Amino acid sequence: MDNAIEVRDLVVERGRRRVLHGITCTIPRGSVTGLLGPSGSGKTTLIRAIVGVQFVRSGAVTVLGRPAGSAPLRRELGYVTQAPSVYADLSVRENARYFATLLGLHAAEADRAIADVGLSGARHQLVGNLSGGQRSRASLACAMIGEPKLLVLDEPTVGQDPVLRADLWGRFHELADAGTTLLVSSHVMDEAGRCDRLLLIREGRLIGDDTPAAIRASAGTDDLEEAFLRLIREQEKVAA
Amino acid sequence: MSARITFATAARVLRQLRHDRRTVALLIVVPALLLALLYFMYDGAGGTFDRIALIMLGVFPFVIMFLVTSIAMLRERTTGTLERLLTTPLGKIDLLFGYGLAFGLAAAVQGAVATGAAYWLLGLETRGSAGLVVLIAVVNAVLGVALGLFCSAFARTEFQAVQFLPVVVVPQLLLCGLFVARGQMAGWLEGISDALPLTYAVDALAQVGVSADPTTTMWRDLVIVAGATVVALVLAAATLRRRTP
Ligand SMILES: Nc1ncnc2c1ncn2[C@@H]1O[C@H](COP(=O)(O)OP(=O)(O)OP(=O)(O)O)[C@@H](O)[C@H]1O
Ligand SMILES: [Mg+2]
Repeated sequence: MDNAIEVRDLVVERGRRRVLHGITCTIPRGSVTGLLGPSGSGKTTLIRAIVGVQFVRSGAVTVLGRPAGSAPLRRELGYVTQAPSVYADLSVRENARYFATLLGLHAAEADRAIADVGLSGARHQLVGNLSGGQRSRASLACAMIGEPKLLVLDEPTVGQDPVLRADLWGRFHELADAGTTLLVSSHVMDEAGRCDRLLLIREGRLIGDDTPAAIRASAGTDDLEEAFLRLIREQEKVAA
Repeated sequence: MSARITFATAARVLRQLRHDRRTVALLIVVPALLLALLYFMYDGAGGTFDRIALIMLGVFPFVIMFLVTSIAMLRERTTGTLERLLTTPLGKIDLLFGYGLAFGLAAAVQGAVATGAAYWLLGLETRGSAGLVVLIAVVNAVLGVALGLFCSAFARTEFQAVQFLPVVVVPQLLLCGLFVARGQMAGWLEGISDALPLTYAVDALAQVGVSADPTTTMWRDLVIVAGATVVALVLAAATLRRRTP
């Protein structure tokens, strides 16, 4: 089994509106896959289906060889929601240690994850008193504890400065080299180039699924942002 | 269900409480102050004060823990921590019992302070022991926690959550026999009163007031309150869905 995630004909409806229209894709193990698309295109919805918290209309999502959301997966998976989901009335360290305990891991692993996101200096601060970017890093730290087999990150680098963003992406690749599979959604095209593979999604349909190099080549431009725009225009022509 | 996760969750909830000093102070001091108010209203200790103060020792923890829990659980839902928790090995029961344990413990401290103040400072007198009063208060508090966990599922906002207080708590208070003796109510009202758990909690406290040793009726009442708590917890577990639309 060299695919960490397999999605087949996934259809999701939210509030009586169809949000994902039959998505099919696979995500190889030990890679960093970027999930890109405009606001409202369905990135979060696809991510929620993969971590098993989204009602789905039809289709199948298989994660590490099991149906998404099944109990054994809950020890293998780290999930960062788009809005930081940590307790504002606990310190960074108390948050991380709580999530470590849920996985049966030691405090040292929690401290390591805090260091990885560059929050060691703020570990005793209440999350409610952190800056927005620090808060989302606190949320990220809680997901990275114990190096899970699969890390699903919904826009983890929003509000981070370029240096920190480079550090975080460095850490993502270290984890991938050690065998972790990462799925990272983003708005920012300059992050797309840092991924091993890209999934481009638009209005609930997949319009690209390849390596950044292949996407650049097929669109005939070196600029990923431009490549994405050309793919969209092509799609519109096909639809018309 | 895992003991480690349940205890870790209870510890986490208590830590959250500890960082909120003002809430802790209010939790511990307010019931005692309200009892003092009753004391002055009834012009010192005596029959009526004894009867009402005793019942209030059971009612305060129920009301307060209901409110605190429904807001705490609502926050878990709205801030996304619940969604995240449900992707970890934490079981629904771990979460619910964790809350029950944490706020049950807080209620024990609150009950001990309020009961201590009532007996030593305000001269409350009962035939039965003060220890039983604290026990009933804690069971009542856990009932409040369980109902709070359940009701929070039906609120989208904190405004709505607070509105469940008049819906869930006040009718129980009106019909528990404090204002009108249950025997003097219209038959249908007494029937409703029979179906409400707080009625039994109040009856158990009244038993402590009149008899030196714990009576069978008191134990029966307590078992009923505990049973209602379990039912509310099961219903609350049913409202915790891993998958949401
Ligand atoms: N709880 C909900 N109920 C109903 N519709 C929803 C809900 N959440 C999202 N939607 C709709 O589903 C669609 C996809 O939303 P989704 O959150 O997956 O987008 P996204 O790609 O993550 O956007 P963004 O980049 O802004 O986070 C949107 O049209 C949105 O309006
Ligand atoms: Mg999103």
